[in-house]
Amino acid sequence: MNCAAIKQKLSAIGAAAVNETEYGRKGFALDVQVAPEQLVAAVSVLDAEGFFIEAVTGVDWLGEQAALRKEAEAKVAAEAKAKAEAAAAAGEEAPVAEPVAEQGELPEDALEAVYDFNHYESLCRVTIRTRVPRSKPEVPTISQIYPGADWHERETHDFFGIKFVGHPYLVPLLLPEDADYHPLLKDFRP
Amino acid sequence: MSAFAESEAKETFVLNLGPQHPATHGVLRVKLTMDGEYIAEAEPVLGYIHRMHEKMGENRTWAQFLPNTGRMDYLHALAYNHGYVSVVERAAGIEVPERAEYLRVITAELNRVSSHLLWFGAFILDLGGFSPLLYAFDDREHILDLLESVTGSRLTYCYFRFGGVYNDIDDNFVPGTRAFIKRLRERMPMYHNLVTKNIILMKRLQEVGPISAEMCRKYGATGPVCRGSGINFDVRKHEPYSVYPEFDFDVPVYDQCDSMARYMVRMDEIEQSLRIIEQALDKLPEGPVMAEKVPKILKPAKGDYYHAVETARGSFGVRVVSDGTNTPYRLKLRSPTFSNLSLFGEASQGMLLPDALALMGSLDLVIPEIDR
Amino acid sequence: MHVDPEIIRLLAFLIGVIAFAALNAAYLVWLERKEAAHIQRRIGPKEVGPFGLLQPLVDGIKLMTKQLIVPAGVDPVLFKIAPILVMVPAIMSFVTIPFSDTLVARNLDIGLLAIFAFASVNVLGLLLGAWGSRNKYAVISAARVVSQNVAYEIPMLITVVTLVMISGTMNLSKIVGLQMGGFWNWNILNLSASPLMPIAFLIFFVCMLAETNRAPFDMAEAESELVAGTFTEYSGMGFGVFFMGEYANIVIGASVATILFLGGWDCPFGLFPGVHWFLLKMYFLIFTVIWIRWTYPRTTFYGLLNLSWKILIPISFVNLILTSAMLKVF
Repeated sequence: MNCAAIKQKLSAIGAAAVNETEYGRKGFALDVQVAPEQLVAAVSVLDAEGFFIEAVTGVDWLGEQAALRKEAEAKVAAEAKAKAEAAAAAGEEAPVAEPVAEQGELPEDALEAVYDFNHYESLCRVTIRTRVPRSKPEVPTISQIYPGADWHERETHDFFGIKFVGHPYLVPLLLPEDADYHPLLKDFRP
Repeated sequence: MSAFAESEAKETFVLNLGPQHPATHGVLRVKLTMDGEYIAEAEPVLGYIHRMHEKMGENRTWAQFLPNTGRMDYLHALAYNHGYVSVVERAAGIEVPERAEYLRVITAELNRVSSHLLWFGAFILDLGGFSPLLYAFDDREHILDLLESVTGSRLTYCYFRFGGVYNDIDDNFVPGTRAFIKRLRERMPMYHNLVTKNIILMKRLQEVGPISAEMCRKYGATGPVCRGSGINFDVRKHEPYSVYPEFDFDVPVYDQCDSMARYMVRMDEIEQSLRIIEQALDKLPEGPVMAEKVPKILKPAKGDYYHAVETARGSFGVRVVSDGTNTPYRLKLRSPTFSNLSLFGEASQGMLLPDALALMGSLDLVIPEIDR
Repeated sequence: MHVDPEIIRLLAFLIGVIAFAALNAAYLVWLERKEAAHIQRRIGPKEVGPFGLLQPLVDGIKLMTKQLIVPAGVDPVLFKIAPILVMVPAIMSFVTIPFSDTLVARNLDIGLLAIFAFASVNVLGLLLGAWGSRNKYAVISAARVVSQNVAYEIPMLITVVTLVMISGTMNLSKIVGLQMGGFWNWNILNLSASPLMPIAFLIFFVCMLAETNRAPFDMAEAESELVAGTFTEYSGMGFGVFFMGEYANIVIGASVATILFLGGWDCPFGLFPGVHWFLLKMYFLIFTVIWIRWTYPRTTFYGLLNLSWKILIPISFVNLILTSAMLKVF
């Protein structure tokens, strides 16, 4: 069992991206991005290889798209400015600044479910990520493969409101039993 | 056990074990569906001491979160310190002076011994033996005194800093620690003679509460729980951090899978920790205990980082997501007992109540760490 | 005015027996705390009076001034009667116990039978208290206590029957009378009657621990499993009376063991027999009982039943058969 073999197997099921990361800098060896539909297949691969589940959690990427656009716009503006300066330096007439194209509505921000797996024998921490839209955060459960994921998914549901479709008992674990809020969402206000 | 399997569970009742119960060591509640004294179903109910440390982390700077770490696993607070500072150092690329790493290992291992001693006493208390608790606390007191002289606190330590430790040891620490090691080595045979070899204890622990290696894997159990099931997994060896590779120590593994195996793993680990401390004291280098160029306002590079450490209860992992600002964007704390306890429901099925409590004790629960 | 001296004697003994039972209960708590403390390398109670000797008094006042809570939903009659059912038979048993050849309230010919009859009421008190308090922990504990008492009464009574066969009487004074003259005459060393006699004493002692619900057989309370078992819902003096009953039962058990096996008030060397020897032996046994409690962890319930049905009962039967055979042969 080595990380390269796992990488191949995960690529074979059609994961969107399987990146080897530098363990010493990141603390995990494989960074796998999958679509929610491929999640169960990817986890099954790890299960067959004898991985154990370390944790399931989420990340709320609220404002990410806006930030990306802002970054892109800043880049365009910077380029235009550089061009203008270059032109001015050359003594030419500054070109008319192109109007920034109207970019339509922002794409929806995502909630990311993050799964950490590790192996008892060899050092290969695999991180699987799957992104779902914030308005409809539904991810298939993996608790039928790893019963230990049961609690982790309940916790993630508590904190982020990610619905684990097919989970047998998705009630609050750490929050009060009537909690209908998700405190780790970035727009959560107590 | 077979008596339960053969008879059909017709008349069951619900027994609420906790959140105020002598055996749950804190505010854990277990909803037991009982068939007589046999457990038909056990559902741990968590959250009674949930404080949302992860949200707190998002609202304070990287350094301000440090004291929180000692308040999760209050019995092995220094390992939690260690996990968090390590991940931030990894994210921000801070180099730690060697002396600081040695001090971290020495104090963290002392803390591990104190945690195991407390567990030992409390576990025997669960089984109805009162006196070992006081003996264990007597020894533990020496560790607390030593750690107090270095860290300034006795329970919820916050000793490690990004780039080192905040305070160098005093002159009395090294001889004091050596004296303590000698003392505890003399006391361990007494513990084994009085407790481990006790026929009642052996009858209560052997072949009780089996947890198979496969069950450990499916539930992500780590630490003494998985090492009592024959899995040789210790983060200190598996993904070595700090200066652990420089020490010669063994990972005790027992493959009986029962409560006795988990008991023996912890008792043997005390000796191994003492070995580590001894070697570290021998090799302790001179030098600064704090890195020089640690920025006052920490802004780790964008991205996410993971770091795991071995606490007294298993693998504690911290995943941080940094967005390049002075506060963490996301902070995930993977606590070992959370996973270890999650297998209790399956493992305790069909067991008698006292046996299930022996199993629960052998998992070494620290509730604030589960609930975070 | 003529008063029958027998009535005065009875009154004196009534007061004496109750005082003895109550003082024992109070000071055994002190002894238990002191002994536990020293086993655990602590000091124990020391603030109230010299060596904390007034501690039981203060504890008693505290218990009496506490509110006696009767929780909603309990059966009030059973709930209140249960502590009395544990305490009263224990005090009644003192009536027939001979502390010396003259110091006995009522020397009954069936004294031994009377004590065991009273002792079996104890379990009824625990059962009713648990049932009456409608607490699940208490009911589990009651179920344990009943089967435990049934299981341990058998080897205990078989052992006692063996002794009755040897002595030929159930009168406790006469049983002691037969053992007078030095420790080699005591039943525990009566090897000519049965070579298993020391083991019989051990069985009796273990059964006594189990019958009085003492560690390592404290299934009734088992605080790390069943919170406080039968006593979970009791507060103040309700709990206090249970507690006193428990200690009174230990005193009874140790007394009976002393009478049956250790020669009662006999001196080990045949010199100056008297009540002091009785008390010395009895308190030594009680000391051992407490010592065991603070040394051993608790057994499990099935381990306890296995011990009785698979080990103690067969051995005591062997002892019975052996003794009857030897009585017949010699």
